Order: sequence, then C-alpha cells, then structure tokens
Amino acid sequence: MARATSTQRKVVTTASAWLVGLLIFFPILWMVITSFKTELDAFATPPKFLFFEWTTENYGIVQERSDYLRFALNSIIIAGGSTLLSLVFAVPAAWAMAFQPGKRTKDLLMWMLSTKMMPPVGALIPIYLLFRDAGLLDSRVGLIAVLCLLDLPIVVWLLYTYFKEIPGEILEASRMDGATLWREIVYVLTPMAIPGIASTLLLNVILAWNEAFWTLNLTTSDAAPLTVFIASYSSPEGLFWAKLSAASTMAIAPILVLGWFSQRQLVRGLTFGAVK
Amino acid sequence: MGKIQLKGVSKSFGTVTIIPSLDLDIDDGEFVVFVGPSGCGKSTLLRLIAGLEDASGGKIEIDGLDVTEVPPAKRALSMVFQSYALYPHMSVRNNIGFGLKMAGQPKEVIRQKVEKAAAVLNLTNYLDRKPRQLSGGQRQRVAIGRAIVREPKAFLFDEPLSNLDAALRVQMRLEIAQLHQSLDTTMIYVTHDQVEAMTLADKIVVLHAGVIEQAGTPLELYHHPVNLFVAGFIGSPKMNFVATTVRAADPQGVTVELPGGGAVAVPVKADSVAAGAKVTLGVRPEHLKPADRGELSGDVIVTERLGGDTVLYLRPAGGAMIVVQTDGNSTTRVNDRIAVQIDPETCHLFGADGRAIPRLRRHPLADMQHPSQAH
Amino acid sequence: MATRHSRTRAHAAVAPSVLVLFLWMIVPLGMTIWFSLLRYNLLDPGNESFVGLLNYEYFLTDPAFFAALGNTLKLVGGILVLTVVGGILFALLLDQPFFGRGIVRLMVIAPFFVMPTVSALVWKNLLMHPVSGMFAWVAKSFGLQPIDWFAEAPLAAVGLIVSWQWLPFATLILLTAIQSLDQEQKEAAEMDGTPALSFFFYIVLPHLARAITVVILIETIFLLNVFAEILVTTGGGPGLQTTNIPFLVYAQALLQFDVGGASAGGIVAVVLANIVAFFLVRMIGKNLEG
Repeated sequence: MARATSTQRKVVTTASAWLVGLLIFFPILWMVITSFKTELDAFATPPKFLFFEWTTENYGIVQERSDYLRFALNSIIIAGGSTLLSLVFAVPAAWAMAFQPGKRTKDLLMWMLSTKMMPPVGALIPIYLLFRDAGLLDSRVGLIAVLCLLDLPIVVWLLYTYFKEIPGEILEASRMDGATLWREIVYVLTPMAIPGIASTLLLNVILAWNEAFWTLNLTTSDAAPLTVFIASYSSPEGLFWAKLSAASTMAIAPILVLGWFSQRQLVRGLTFGAVK
Repeated sequence: MGKIQLKGVSKSFGTVTIIPSLDLDIDDGEFVVFVGPSGCGKSTLLRLIAGLEDASGGKIEIDGLDVTEVPPAKRALSMVFQSYALYPHMSVRNNIGFGLKMAGQPKEVIRQKVEKAAAVLNLTNYLDRKPRQLSGGQRQRVAIGRAIVREPKAFLFDEPLSNLDAALRVQMRLEIAQLHQSLDTTMIYVTHDQVEAMTLADKIVVLHAGVIEQAGTPLELYHHPVNLFVAGFIGSPKMNFVATTVRAADPQGVTVELPGGGAVAVPVKADSVAAGAKVTLGVRPEHLKPADRGELSGDVIVTERLGGDTVLYLRPAGGAMIVVQTDGNSTTRVNDRIAVQIDPETCHLFGADGRAIPRLRRHPLADMQHPSQAH
Repeated sequence: MATRHSRTRAHAAVAPSVLVLFLWMIVPLGMTIWFSLLRYNLLDPGNESFVGLLNYEYFLTDPAFFAALGNTLKLVGGILVLTVVGGILFALLLDQPFFGRGIVRLMVIAPFFVMPTVSALVWKNLLMHPVSGMFAWVAKSFGLQPIDWFAEAPLAAVGLIVSWQWLPFATLILLTAIQSLDQEQKEAAEMDGTPALSFFFYIVLPHLARAITVVILIETIFLLNVFAEILVTTGGGPGLQTTNIPFLVYAQALLQFDVGGASAGGIVAVVLANIVAFFLVRMIGKNLEG
C-alpha cells in the first residue's frame, strides 16, 4: 500500500507477526539455549529459560567423545562434492537447452524433473546391493554419486532458468564481435551467469547437507555425515539433551545462514517455475 | 569494400517460409534501409546478412566472396542491436574494445582506438562506467562505438532507435546520418518507421511478407510507388485511396470519375485500361488543397491542429474518409462543408491488381541521389 | 540463433546428463522389478527362485500394508492441511507491513533448513518429552495432563514435526504468489469499496489457487517419502502405528532382509508416486509454455 497504514493496525500486526514468528522459531531457539546448559539443567522441570549457569562444555564434549569434526567434514565433502559434480553435468546441459532449444527441449526438461519424483524406496534395494558388491557402502564417493544424481534435475532446471534470463542478443553481439564459442562462454556468458550459478550452488549444498534417506541407509561410520551423527542420539545412554542440542546447533548453524540467502532459489527451484 | 549481394536468398523456420527467394545488390558505401510492417522479414534478412541465422537457400556475397557458410565472427560486419546488447559486467571502455580484444590486437592499439571512438561519440567521460549507469542515448552510443571501432565492411542496424523517446530519436537520427557521411561505410538499417527510412536512406527496400515490393531512392518511392502497398506505406499521413471508374483513356492521360460527380485526368499511360475499368486513385493528403470549388467535397469530421500543419478528416458524400493536410493557419472547423482541389500531376492510378499504372513523366527529383552519396 | 554447426554441439552437451539420469532411473527400477518377482532373502543368499507375483500378493494382503497405507495417507493428508492453511495465514500476515518484517520472515523460514534428524530429535526430546519437555510444562501450567506424544499419539507427533518443517515452504510459495497479485487489482477493489473478507475470498484465494495446487502437489511427492523422522523417533512403532509405506519397505529390506517382498513394496510405492507425479508434471508443463 502506498498510503501509510494506521499505526494502530501496524502495532497489532507487528505483535501478532512477532508472536507467530517466535512460536515457529521457538524449537530452534530452545535448542540453542539448551546447548549451553548442563545436562541436569537441560532435563530440569520446570524448564529454565535464562537463569541458569551458561556453559560451553557440551560443545567440547561432543567433539571429544564423538569426533564431531569428522562427521562435519564428511557433510562438507559430500554436499560440496555432489554439488560440484552436478555442475559439471548441468552447466553444459542447461546451456544447450537455454540457447539452442529444440523441439524436444521442454519435454526433456520435464522428464528430468520427473526423475526427482521417484520414491527413494523404489531404488533403495538395488542401490544398496550394488553398493555392497562394489564396496561403495559407507564411502563418500558412493554418496557423492547418489546425491549428485538426486539433485541433478534441480540444478539443470535452475541453471536453465537463469541462463534463459540472459538476453540472447548480448551473446549474439559477442559473436559479431568475433568471439569464438569458448570465448563467448568465458568472457560473456559466465560472468553474467555467476549470480545464478552461485545461488544454484547454494541451494544445492543445503539440500545435499540435509539429505536424510540415502545418507542414513548407505553409511555407517566412515562416510557418515552429520545427519547420521545426529541420528545416533535416538538411542542414547543417560542424559543427553544438552549434548544433542550442542551437536544439533553446530550441525544446522551454517545451513541456516546459507538458507537465508537462498530463499528465492528455493521457490524457483522446488516449484519448477510453476509459481513466479 | 562493403559491397553486398544477395542471390536467391531464402529462409524458412520449419514449415513457415519467412523469405521465399530474394535478390538484392548493395553498393559499397550505400545507406540501405529495410522497411516494412511487423513480420515482413526485414530483421530476418539483416540477421541472415550478419550470419546469426543460416540461410535456407541462396547465396550471400560480400565483396565477391561467398560468405553463406561463414560464421558471423568472420564476416567483418558490425551490428547495433535494438536493445543495444551491451555487456553489463564490462565498463564502457571494455565494451567498445571487446571486438578488438577478440581480434587479438595489442593493448595499446585498442586503447587508442577506443579513446578515438569515444571522442567522436562524446563518451570520453563515461569510459569507466558500467552500462547500467548510462542513459538510453548514451548506451546507444556505446553500441555504435563498439561497432565503429572494428572498422567493419558494413554496419548493420536493427531498429536502433525504437527504444528511445521521440526527441532523442531525432537527435540520434542526425548523428547516424553524420556518421555515415564521415565514415562512408556501407550501412544496412532496419526500421518500421518510414520517417527514418526517408531521411536516412540512399536506397529504401520495402519488404512485405519476405518479398521486396520496391527498392529505390526515397523520392523515387514517394513519387513513383509501384503498387498500393508501397504507396500506402511511404508518406505520413497515409495516401488516400479512392475507388474510381475509368471514364476515358487517351494519350494525354486517363480520366477517372470521382464520387460526388467530379473527375480528374491523371497523366498516366493509357494502354492498359479502357473505359469502365475499376481503378484506384491515390492522392497524398498534402497534395489536396481546400478551396471554394474542387473535384471533391465533404463534411469535416475531425480536425487535428499541429500548429505548423492542420490535418482535416473529410467524409465526402457516398465515399470513404479522405485525409487532407493543409496549412497551420486554416480556420476550418468540424462540421464545415469544404471542397478540395486535386492537382492531376500529384495523382496515382492503380489497376485492379494493385500495381501502379506507369506515369507519363518522371518526377524531376525522383532520381536525385542522396547528398551523402559522393559517387 | 540456431545455426547448423552449433546444433550438434548442443546435443553433445546435453547427452551426459540425460544418459546418467536415464541409468539412474532405469537400472534400480529395473532391478527392483526383477527382485520383486523373486523369492530372495539376504539371510539365505544363493537360493533365489522366481515366484512371479507372489510377493505382491503377500505384500498387498499383509495387514501391515494396510496399516502402512493408512498411516501414509493420514500423515500426508494431515500435514497438507496444516501446512496449506498455516501457509496461507502466515503468508497473509507476512505480506502486511510491520516492524522487523525481515527478522520475522527469517524465523518463519528457518525450520525448512533444519535437517530432519535434528528436527525429529529436538521435538521428541526437548519439546514432547512427557516429563521434562516444553509441551509438558505448558500443559501443567494450565493444569492439564501432559500428553505422552509418542505413546498416545505417535502418528500425530510425527505429523506435527514434519508439518513444522514444511510450513516455511508453503508460506514462502504462497507469499511469493500473494506478492505477485497486481497492486492495481487491490486498488480497484478498494475503489469499489470491497470489504476485506470478500476481497480475500473472491480475489486473493482464486489468485492463490494455482500456487496452492503447486504446494499440495510438490509437498505430496516429498511427504509420501517421510522416512528419517520416523526412523529416528519411533522406528515405525509402537507396533505399526508410525509405519508408512517407505518405512515398511525399508523394514522389510534392511531389517528383515526380505529383498523380494520389499521390492514388491517398493514398486507399489513407485506406482503411488507416479499417479501424483502425472498431475504435477501436467501442471508444470502448462506453466512452461508461459
């Protein structure tokens, strides 16, 4: 609205919006607070909100006892590796589809997206057995391959939409200016596409980091990423809430930050353009 | 340098034929304008010459060399796009110099040439800015600078002024005309605006559905259009067309009957028509003079006063609307009944097939070369 | 812009992705179909035998299947209702101007980016624990009996957790759609003196129809495959109360090692998903034209 909303209305809206926001955010907030408590405080009733002894011991314990960093490293390698690998396949494919559309380009794109809709359980058994026989169970390489394939359709789709937004005339101008195909890509296309490529990477890293079907089923210890590590708290010994909170906070913090920056890509990527 | 020949060039997209088969010669240093309504194929033709589209058939030659299969980068042509197509991530300097960089020229040479072009185009103060910081007119100049600096055999312009406001358009039109005079390079210019065509061209090529309706100097097209389409396309306001019947045909000319009883003897060759034939009389609004008595009369429905000119829309008894362009001092008002005089020398007759019946005398200016043509 | 010599290059550029995705689709699916026709148990390797559609018969007549199917449908349905209704309300709210809109938006979006195992365990322990959980404390403060979520209403508990995770997605999509509502339409309605509720039902809701459909279809595709949250909180139990189809297949394959039976289950899951995908692809395809 171009006109100023009445202050009263704004106050009411602000209050309700903040209430809603805090309610939704509360589990995360509570988790972070709990991570700074001792286990006894974490389990205490009534729950202590602010006035307790704040401590960072849990963060240390989680790292010492369960080698948190190793799982984090696996997450980074798997999420990063699968994303980069999918770029290798996706950039040329998206480029070709965006700038040399054929009769079947749209159908091809739709088919690619449809592969994402296959339920993972349909492929679980063969993949598990294949991996077992090939020695790929509990390997980072195997997971990188699987996650790459899982996210390839979305990466191709997102890059396609970003490439399509580059005006074709600018590429034609570079051709008139004497650029060969390779130089056209290096000097003109890539610099213009970098924001789009970066946002696609971002979203993809987030999705791969949080992936919790294949990571849970195909890894046990060596290649286990953070999703698996946190899952080990489902059958713990003794008091563990504070440690769980610390581990969880560390596991999700980077992604929350990245996620904030990739909201628009989320809409674009996961609705396959059906909503603009 | 810069002589372009199109021989039997055709272009189809799938089953849709945009250009059936086209022949055209463009001389070195000529300013040729492709003009026509939307979808007539003028941009397609330009892009075929540029190499951005493959011809479906025929040959394209530049200076005698067959370039039909040669990619755009190797044709030594420059193009100015409608949307300017500047590289958004590069400065003005790098935009202009990009083509030279691709050609592998040494940095110092590039720097000099870029600065020279920038001086000519008044861009020296903007060399280090990015396109998004420039106005529409400035971006246009950068696009032109980028084209000039490569010293191409010919410049191709694809509706370069369409995105500018009216005042800027006039100014840029002048600058392009001056550019042609100073560079003396072949220029091929596409527009849908016939004013740009008339003012800039040495030769206008009127296209319609992929076919050349007529190619000639601006005044030739104005005074001797070969068919109804060209006659109606060139000239603003549009030529009036009146359906008439031939009363008599003799060596002096063809006399036709006008609605309302009047008649006019048009000085055209009489061999192809006989009395009773249905023909179309064409006369431009600026050639109709309001008077006390005249061959046509009617009620004024709308008046448009532009200050320098007045345009009157007449409804004659039993006929289609007639447009008259007259002096700005006219005091005629809506609902006045006025008569107009028709000078037979300014009339055109078109047969039933739409083609113009040839005139007996050629207009003295019709073959005048454009002042920029020194050869 | 297409010229002859660049077309073959285009085909070559797309080919690897197509090939790789094709294999990813066909090979596992083919193998699953094959396995589903065998009697194949990992505890008894080397003794596979062809049994035709027997596995399907067993799977589809197994009461566990009906329980799982029911749970799947209840779960998906419940979450859809919660997220779509919640999404519309939050989107409407976030569309209004108020102080600190950016921060509130961040708070509402955050749950989507939390990994499923974290969400599940934080909810199960810190919030839903019947003694020390936050919900228990709130209930007691109001003098109510705290709910032992995972004993009394396990499926609802799982549903709540997953709804929390997907609410941001629905909100974001619907907010984007709301914000694309032409400002001029709003102003025209104002000139016409349209009351707010009518404006919502007659103008906003129809405009959102497409976005709501998209949300429903996309969420359904992902919700049919809820797995991690179940694995980590209830392991499918108590009994079968939180077992959905994917979990059932998983249990049969990797816990009971019945490859044949689980494969049949996997194919059933694929068929279910295909029906949904059919509608989604049709809807998106229409949009790609635009």
